[in-house]
Amino acid sequence: MDTIAVTAKPVLGKGFRLQWEPAQSAHVLLYPEGMIKLNGSAGEIMKRCDGARTVAEITADLESTFTTGGLEADVAAFISMAVAKNWLEVRA
Amino acid sequence: MNAQVSRPGPPLWLLLELTYKCPLHCVFCYNPTDFSKTGAELTTADWLRVLREARALGAVQLGLSGGEPLVRDDLEEIVGAAHELGFYTNLITSGVGLNETRLQALKAAGLDHVQLSFQDSTKQMNDFLSSTRTFELKSKVAALIKKYDYPMVLNVVLHRLNIDHVEEILKMAQSMGADYVELANTQYYGWAFKNRDRLLPSREQLQRAEATTQRFREQSGQNMRIFFVVPDYFERRPKPCMNGMGSIFLTIAPDGCALPCHAARMLPGLDFPNVRDQSIESIWYDSPSFNHFRGDAWMKEPCRSCPEKTKDFGGCRCQAYLLTGDAANTDPVCDLSPHHHLVTEAVARSESPYREEHPLIFRDHR
Repeated sequence: MDTIAVTAKPVLGKGFRLQWEPAQSAHVLLYPEGMIKLNGSAGEIMKRCDGARTVAEITADLESTFTTGGLEADVAAFISMAVAKNWLEVRA
Repeated sequence: MNAQVSRPGPPLWLLLELTYKCPLHCVFCYNPTDFSKTGAELTTADWLRVLREARALGAVQLGLSGGEPLVRDDLEEIVGAAHELGFYTNLITSGVGLNETRLQALKAAGLDHVQLSFQDSTKQMNDFLSSTRTFELKSKVAALIKKYDYPMVLNVVLHRLNIDHVEEILKMAQSMGADYVELANTQYYGWAFKNRDRLLPSREQLQRAEATTQRFREQSGQNMRIFFVVPDYFERRPKPCMNGMGSIFLTIAPDGCALPCHAARMLPGLDFPNVRDQSIESIWYDSPSFNHFRGDAWMKEPCRSCPEKTKDFGGCRCQAYLLTGDAANTDPVCDLSPHHHLVTEAVARSESPYREEHPLIFRDHR
């Protein structure tokens, strides 16, 4: 699995939908006849992947929202995994 | 209510069987064989209320099926309402009745996904294999599906009479531009159970079809993903049917009957509630018929003391009932079941050269 470039602009994969489900207190990723319940940090990363922001910008936003630092590697690892699973895609 | 059963989670998966009407007469249909006796179909307003109530409980995946859901001329309105509410909407259709006007309207209404099933009877199978009428219809619908930017998902039900043609079926699917093909072996409920001895393939046929599928996968690469679903009669452990009854699946039949599984209607002694009389919330959480098979207090041996009961939930209640006459028995697919011989005998019969030939019974109003 390749690690995603910090300049890439990930966006939700085709056929997927991300939404907050109050009944599950979680973000869920919906796709044909299936659902993935995301944990808190996965949900926070995914909802920022709008195709406009780069991985670096997403990371900076998360670090400022949660007043923390050093998220770079974790965010890149999650996004790389999500791209490999087609949850996210990077359009050229 | 069983005191040991903790409150179940929400009905995440809602299946609306909008109608039992269907222009086709498939011999493997799982609809009830007495479907023509069911009462009047729900109105549009009823379906919209069902959607609102189920969504409020947390339902999120929606299947629109039947019969043929396109028979309902309010399908677009139902899809639109479901989309507004936040459902992920899946249309399960034979494609008969799907023209550009309707698909355009469904897309505009927010339809997320289409699964095109390949209808089949012997005649249509021949049509299909000889690239005539059925193939033309499917190709047209497949092209429409792609034009509206949906992945092209083709579901083909396999059985004794078509399983030897897997290679031709896959080639056809490829020429239609399918992105995904599900080769689903028949499950024996409803009309399919009536026809079981004619539809169950032999083990040799099955192995050949799997090998052919694997070869096709290797040759054709990743453009078309192929799923091969083995019929459970050939397994030694049962499927975790419905992930346990009443745990995530809720089906509403055309007349409003609420079911924990689309085949459950035939189970005796369970008075399934109707959405005309009760809210989805009281049906899901409080009705005795939905609570009946939750937890494991209902289980008999060998399931009750089996460590695998948390994995397969004893298999399928409907299959246990159809084969053994008692829905609380272990699914006879399991080789620990004292009734497992019923499954192995059915398979053995399918391999015998001296099989009795029964006529196929086509799904019909009667």
